Amino acid sequence: MSEQKTSKQSGAVQTTGHAWDGDIQEFNNPLPRWWLWSFYATVLFSVIYWVLFPAWPVGKTYTKGVMNDITYELNGKKVTTHWNTRALLMRDMQQGEDAVKQRKYMQKVASLSFSQVLANPEMMDFTRKVGKVLFADNCAACHGSGGQGKVGLFPNLVDDDWLWGGSISDIQATITHGRQGFMPSFRTAFTKKQLDDVVDYVLSLSGHKVDAARAARGKRIFNGQTGGCYYCHTKAGTGMKSAGSANLTDSIWTVADVNGQRDLEGKRAEVRRVILNGISRKMPAWKDRLSPVEIKLLSLYVYDLGGGKK
Amino acid sequence: MADDTKREVLFEARMPIYPRSVKGRFRRIKWAILALAYGVYFLLPWLRWERPGGIDQAVLFDIQARKFYLFNLTVYPQDIFWLAGILVIAAILLFFVTGVAGRVFCGYFCFQTLWTDVFILIERIVQGERPARIRLDKMPWGPYKFVRKGLTHLLWLLVAFATGLTFVLYWGDAPTLLRQFFTGEAPFPAYATAIFLTATTYVMAGLAREQVCTYMCPYARFQSIMFDTDTKIVAYEQARGEGKNGRAKLGKGRKQLDERHAQGLGDCIDCGFCVQVCPMGIDIRNGLQMQCTSCALCIDACDNIMDSLGWPRGLIRYTSEAEQKGGKARFWKPKTIGYGLVLLASIVLLVWSVASRSELSVAARQVRQPLYVVLSNGDIQNSYDIKLNNKSDRPMKIRITQQGLDGAVLDMGRIRHITLSPGQRLQVHVKVRMRRSAHGGQIPFDFIIQPVGRKDLKARHVREYFSMPGGDR
Repeated sequence: MSEQKTSKQSGAVQTTGHAWDGDIQEFNNPLPRWWLWSFYATVLFSVIYWVLFPAWPVGKTYTKGVMNDITYELNGKKVTTHWNTRALLMRDMQQGEDAVKQRKYMQKVASLSFSQVLANPEMMDFTRKVGKVLFADNCAACHGSGGQGKVGLFPNLVDDDWLWGGSISDIQATITHGRQGFMPSFRTAFTKKQLDDVVDYVLSLSGHKVDAARAARGKRIFNGQTGGCYYCHTKAGTGMKSAGSANLTDSIWTVADVNGQRDLEGKRAEVRRVILNGISRKMPAWKDRLSPVEIKLLSLYVYDLGGGKK
Repeated sequence: MADDTKREVLFEARMPIYPRSVKGRFRRIKWAILALAYGVYFLLPWLRWERPGGIDQAVLFDIQARKFYLFNLTVYPQDIFWLAGILVIAAILLFFVTGVAGRVFCGYFCFQTLWTDVFILIERIVQGERPARIRLDKMPWGPYKFVRKGLTHLLWLLVAFATGLTFVLYWGDAPTLLRQFFTGEAPFPAYATAIFLTATTYVMAGLAREQVCTYMCPYARFQSIMFDTDTKIVAYEQARGEGKNGRAKLGKGRKQLDERHAQGLGDCIDCGFCVQVCPMGIDIRNGLQMQCTSCALCIDACDNIMDSLGWPRGLIRYTSEAEQKGGKARFWKPKTIGYGLVLLASIVLLVWSVASRSELSVAARQVRQPLYVVLSNGDIQNSYDIKLNNKSDRPMKIRITQQGLDGAVLDMGRIRHITLSPGQRLQVHVKVRMRRSAHGGQIPFDFIIQPVGRKDLKARHVREYFSMPGGDR
């Protein structure tokens, strides 16, 4: 279009008609009309924007705009402020469609008993989705994103072996109040021979093929006054949830990486290491950081991960 | 500066077009298509349809519930690829038809053409036929002109508003939404959409008209690439119309065909009727032009003149370049066969996909963090998230079992019954336990998801893998 028009004008591009120094002229390429109108429209838009939204700095403050109040709740008090994205977010988190919907579910979880939630597919779906986020924010740093833990450091929450009990109320108590896991060092209590005997007995408890004579001697130390291991681990070696002591008869090892070793010597070394050094582990309490309903959701989530027990 | 903008060097004002009305067979076809299209568009939201779910609108696009109702078909967001299928079919159909018969879509079916037709009809009823409209435009502003022009624009706005409002009615229960709309209770998007479409309809069909086709529409531009010498086009028969010495108006000694032929004059009497009826404002006698939408009104115009003179019809007619050169237009050629096959294939694919849809959609995904876990008795446990979606309008009871893992236990915690309400989506956490085997690896198995008590629904098998820790450990 434009080319046709220019060519119509006797083949020459228009000039403004000004001339400097006699022959320096200025081309005139006016803007298309639609462009000009669009430009005026943006100018108009910005003026309206200045009026309606925070825009101009004035001294130490700024213009707040009109008719743009946002009300939200902060620490139980209603706050009304001019338009800003932070307030917008606060309001959306409190009054938005999804926030309202989530609150309804939260209230339902709070009002139902554990077994009611566990038997309800819809509530478990909600639990798993919210629990995943809570877990990632609060627990995953130690227990891993899927709750798989780290052998030797943090317990695996996906299996069915629980130091402090795997019932839903046990899990809730653990999260609420935290746990302090402790096993003393036996470095000075055992001679080298005694240590080897106890190591073989411990391994025999979970069905490892070890030196029978050693294991028999180890059993006496384990259940006698020399070792006194049975105080916490019980005479059967199954552990006690009140003390957080490990069950030594199953195939799960949380501190000594027995399953990670190929040969018997490796397994022995792992158990020996733990007996020599002892254990001191701590899980913090979450009652001051999470609300009761969040702890409830988290308990349900962990319970459902893989090994919850009745 | 002010002086420069007034000159508008880079702006070309639109040349007004005053299409004359015409009667004839193509005009009749076009009116029929227009009546059908308007009938469907304006009445469809009001058509009621019986459904078990209680939604009784035949065609309803329910954005909030994320369900599109099309008669007996309910479309869910997961079925979005059907939309892609429809678009693919529409595109190929356009290629196919354009290759064979030119711009049929533009001339007969495009809503720009349909709505412009109605707007021109309103213009004609209010302001009169072409000469009257030209006169009115040249007239200085006064009460008469003001009333005529004002009434035209008012009626245009009414049609535009009806168009916009009707579009909105497809997205909610039409009677409810209509009442809400006029009582100020409708949602904001309803007003915004209605106003926007009113404005665009008014501007496009009332003010911009043929400029939309010439400058804005991409299809207009690329359809011409699909033309070949066999494509049907609306064309003026140059040889017959112009003769040896060109066209000439009727006059003394030029009233009969034999007189004219003796003088070497063509059959075209240069009445200009074909130009006057053209909504694009072109002269078809100048040959095939980019602007021509193949609306065929010039054919009607010329046929009417030829009939009145008692001369044979067809001076302007549907023909092809090949026919103009004395040959014959081929229909069966690689292009049409190719497009035809692809078109057929995509239609079959879409119909098959819609016909074989399931009322239950399922998906399973293994939890990968951790892939497996060793239990206290040495067994191996994997866990899976199974997604279920009841796409029917009745509650659905689901049973989940597995097939392919011998002796494995499937554990859903304390969940005993899964019942999905209509439209419900649910994710279930399922744990699978199995004895440790000597060899590790990925063991394939199927989750069988069986709707209970529904003989019409087949059990769905979903392939998954059980991760067994490797034998190298």
